[in-house]
Amino acid sequence: MDKMPNWADVILIPLISVLLALIASGLVVLYIGESPLEAMLVMIRGAFGSAYGWGYTLYYTTNFIFTGLAVAVAFHARMFNIGGEGQATLGGLGVALVLLLVPWPHWSVALLMAVLAGALLGAAWAAIPAYLQAKRGSHIVITTIMFNYIAAALLVYLLVNVFRVEGSMTPETARFAEVVHLPNAADFAGFFGFRASTPLNVSFFIALLACLAVWIMIWRTRLGYAIRAYGHSEKAGVYAGINPTTIIMVSMLISGGLAGMMAVNVVMGEAERLVLEFVEGAGFVGIAVALMGRSHPVGVILAALLFGALYQGGAELQFEMPAISREMVVVIQALVILFTGALDNMVRMPMERFFLALRRRGRAADTPAE
Amino acid sequence: MDFMTVLQLLDSTIRLATPLLLACLAGLYSERAGIFDIGLEGKMLAAAFMSAAVAFTSGSVWIGLLAGIGASMALSALHGLASITFRGNQLISGVAINFLAAGLTVVISQTWFNQGGRTPALTGPARFENIDWPGAAALRDSYRAARAEDPDTLDLTGIYWELISGHSILVYVAFLLVPLTWWLLFRTRFGLRLRAVGENPGAVDTAGVSVVGLRYAAVMICGVLCGIAGAYLATGLTAGFVKDMSAGRGFIALAALIFAKWRPWYALYACLLFGLLDAIGNRFQNIELLGIAVPVQFMQALPYILTVVILAGFIGKAVPPKAGGEPYVKER
Amino acid sequence: MTQAAPHAIELKGISKAFGPVQANKDISLSVARGAIHGIVGENGAGKSTLMSILYGFYKADRGEIFINGARTQISDSQAAIRAGIGMVHQHFKLVENFTVLENVILGAEDGAMLRPSLAKARRLLTELAQEYHLDVNPDAIIEDLSVGHQQRVEILKQLYRQADILILDEPTGVLTPSEADQLFRILERLKAEGKTIILITHKLREIMEVTDTVSVMRRGQMTATVKTTETSPQQLAELMVGRKVLLQVDKAPATPGDVVLKVEGLRVVDGAGVERLKGVDFQIRAGEIVGLAGVAGNGQSELLEVLGGMIPAQGGQITVRNQPIDLTGRSSNGQTRRARGIAHVPEDRQTEGLIMPFEAWENVAFGYHHDPAFQRNRWLMNNSAIKEDCAAKMERFDVRPQNTRLPARNFSGGNQQKIVVAREMERNPDLLLIGQPTRGVDIGAIEFIHRQIIALRDAGKAILLVSVELDEILGLSDRILVMFDGRLMGERLAHETDEKELGLMMAGMTSRDLEGAA
Repeated sequence: MDKMPNWADVILIPLISVLLALIASGLVVLYIGESPLEAMLVMIRGAFGSAYGWGYTLYYTTNFIFTGLAVAVAFHARMFNIGGEGQATLGGLGVALVLLLVPWPHWSVALLMAVLAGALLGAAWAAIPAYLQAKRGSHIVITTIMFNYIAAALLVYLLVNVFRVEGSMTPETARFAEVVHLPNAADFAGFFGFRASTPLNVSFFIALLACLAVWIMIWRTRLGYAIRAYGHSEKAGVYAGINPTTIIMVSMLISGGLAGMMAVNVVMGEAERLVLEFVEGAGFVGIAVALMGRSHPVGVILAALLFGALYQGGAELQFEMPAISREMVVVIQALVILFTGALDNMVRMPMERFFLALRRRGRAADTPAE
Repeated sequence: MDFMTVLQLLDSTIRLATPLLLACLAGLYSERAGIFDIGLEGKMLAAAFMSAAVAFTSGSVWIGLLAGIGASMALSALHGLASITFRGNQLISGVAINFLAAGLTVVISQTWFNQGGRTPALTGPARFENIDWPGAAALRDSYRAARAEDPDTLDLTGIYWELISGHSILVYVAFLLVPLTWWLLFRTRFGLRLRAVGENPGAVDTAGVSVVGLRYAAVMICGVLCGIAGAYLATGLTAGFVKDMSAGRGFIALAALIFAKWRPWYALYACLLFGLLDAIGNRFQNIELLGIAVPVQFMQALPYILTVVILAGFIGKAVPPKAGGEPYVKER
Repeated sequence: MTQAAPHAIELKGISKAFGPVQANKDISLSVARGAIHGIVGENGAGKSTLMSILYGFYKADRGEIFINGARTQISDSQAAIRAGIGMVHQHFKLVENFTVLENVILGAEDGAMLRPSLAKARRLLTELAQEYHLDVNPDAIIEDLSVGHQQRVEILKQLYRQADILILDEPTGVLTPSEADQLFRILERLKAEGKTIILITHKLREIMEVTDTVSVMRRGQMTATVKTTETSPQQLAELMVGRKVLLQVDKAPATPGDVVLKVEGLRVVDGAGVERLKGVDFQIRAGEIVGLAGVAGNGQSELLEVLGGMIPAQGGQITVRNQPIDLTGRSSNGQTRRARGIAHVPEDRQTEGLIMPFEAWENVAFGYHHDPAFQRNRWLMNNSAIKEDCAAKMERFDVRPQNTRLPARNFSGGNQQKIVVAREMERNPDLLLIGQPTRGVDIGAIEFIHRQIIALRDAGKAILLVSVELDEILGLSDRILVMFDGRLMGERLAHETDEKELGLMMAGMTSRDLEGAA
């Protein structure tokens, strides 16, 4: 018999964990000398109070859906991909290359190719750690961390020495051609009041499509079946004829590809050129999103929305309460990872006892004779 | 490259290897006891901030050091709570601790000092001074006098006054910790039990020794050493805290630990190697190798690339402690 | 035995529950000083829990413990050690890369420095070794020692801690019969020195051979305590399972047909470079059950794994119905084996045969998830077809509860095994590999599974049975192969051999040795 009902495991525990993380964050705000409640209201208003806020919130959400899915897919194969940051960096490189080198006739074709290029280079960056894990047993957590640093150095080198526009001092590429600028929310949802400057663009729908694709892949295909089986028990996977190398490689390639696709939203959809450090920690936020969303695409969307709101709300917070710095969002993110990931049992164990006691009482009422 | 340049390079190697060595030994205690720790980076960062902040406020670097150790140990306690008491995922806990430190140090320093996430520069007793060994100054002066007459003078005493003398106390502490750690691990009861709990916690448990107690002890020692490492960064190597100043050193230390196969003396060699790489990168902005200009970014990435090469097992196989990363659950 | 002296151990009314499971229920037991007392019971009967309470691993919910007549609180292992209790666990609690000496002193060091502790231990160990004939090189590294010697280190560890009461949990599971005999001689000697010994086992032969008194446990309760001389294996077996059991399985004589499986010169070297199979030759015909007997760890598992495609072979060849099978290349895996008509019930259903968090229907497709019948189209699986298939299999194999949506971990051991057996047998394979078919399975399910195996044989299939239970091998097999140290020691017809002969072969005597001796 399970110790507690499924809904408690999937919904109740993550909710309690996030609540604990928010309470702990509130204590930090309190220490800074501001009112946590007021800070929260500022953030909620900043994130959801206007079309402007929604635009940014959903823009960040798009990033976090991609990186969250990336971590989630790897989690299903029991791989911990901390390399989303580096994979997204390489994805950005792919997007920029495709958009700078080819004169595309229309943004839609360009978008398709940019998605492919971003995914391809992101996947390639994940492929080396994956191969080393599969063939040499090198711990993927450490190698992906190292690859983040290597990717960062590579991007600096390329932007300073290769892609920099002649005569410019800023390490960034030229702007992409006008024709490949993606329609933003003002174009396709102007009736909600989005302005032309909103960063929210059609990549958002690609993120939602990616969620659907991941859901189908994980729960409806042989590959997903094999990934989940291998993730639960490597030995059983081998028994069933599932090749560990294939699963490690394929799941990490998909994971890296998803992380790389995140660059489409930022590089193509918003900045319209490749700049330094454009990933801005989204690869790491993906860890929190996947943990909180229990590696399920629906959970990932909800968690990504929460973090999108946190990022946008956090920016507003900085204006209205200058005492609270932008890094408060990093603190909240850390606490979410801590409570939903590392301290999972702290919430789980009392809940299991609670449900066990409930059930025992229920049974005692049914059979008083025993 | 003349002899003095080599000496200066080695001198900065020692300085740069010190925080790596302290963090690497910190990780050694923790991982030998079976608790993986990728949160070395965060603990160093927290200690760097706290030591600089308290050293500035109190005017005493020693009080700063204690505060830094305290901050690092608090994060260690959190890691212990998550991975020992609540048997959580040690890697995820480490990631959380790294972010917690990255965020909190900036948030709190903004509140305390309002200087954009840094502490004011440290001066005088708020910093660790370099210790000049007896006679070092006199020898240096005589070398300089000799060089004034003959620029090609070779002076082997430079090894004494340049390389050995003139570091902060924490540098010497770090290097002394290597034999001390070896002795503690391989010559004492505590060391025997610590190594045993990382290999087979069941053996320790049935022998009537507390697995939880031992692992907490190891994790807290790790906290102390990371604290010293962080304090050295902010009050010895530099003069104050800046945002993200640990700059991946915690991960390089982790790599050194793997390279060293979890052994104290090897850890020293590995950290010196990575320190040397860092020193070369700092000193020579552009290096020509076989006619090809090596970009500075490559030098910066080299420790990470080397680590991957090491991890790939192309230079010997690294076998971690058997029970590492696994929470201990009593068998039925 | 003098009744005046207090009992070495006296347990009164011990109860212990794990959540809803009552592992021990009001158990009382007394063991006289200087006696060897056996505790027998099926897997899950509560033997290990009871001993873990005595050793301070668990705290009893209720009940009292008296040691040498004095009421003793055993709150942890340290308290148990202080009370003079030592325990040799089924899975040795040794640090494998430590020396014997380091393992012996671990937790019982004198002072904070190692050197004096090690010197003292070296002296004491030499004395103990002489006194009890327990020779072990104190400087040997544990992982270099044989299993029998590792067990000696465990016993020395307890003696070093001056244990007067020694608990041994399933000590012979990993030993050859001759190593087991040596162990029994050591136990006799310990008894002669006045030590009290509790022997937990499910092997009745050992109980009859070495114990003075014996207790039987069933479903968390102590059902009887008797003098060994006043009981019989049959009586103990009945007490263990609660009703009359047939130790013999009813089956008609086999009618072997064509050769299905042919194995020649098969060699396997594991990742550590140890040769696990050193040239194995045998064949299995249609319509016969070939049993593979042997002490655990002599290569039986590797043989099953290489036949099932889980590990590659380093030499030799295998043919199924005269067609060779790839043993090394990329196409050597569980998928291709299944396609060749080889079904495999693995030895460990929990880590191999099933994905415990998967629901029953998902487990029914496990290993067969490429089966065209389970696909909706080129891309998607047909989950409803799998569910229907699962429901049908659950019906035919009487899996309870008959709920396709229940995760595998929530079924009992017997029902989990039925799911695996149903999945593999219903594929109508040419060859069935079946490892430990009834390990940790309740008695009702054992009979059911045994009948299914025989039915499959009678349907003309070839079956390779691997089991550490000699009774099961003898009861089910038509022919028996004995494995020792990666080699086959010989072959016997099941009705022409007995436990004694097989035991000698399991200890490394070849057929020729036996014939020479006869």
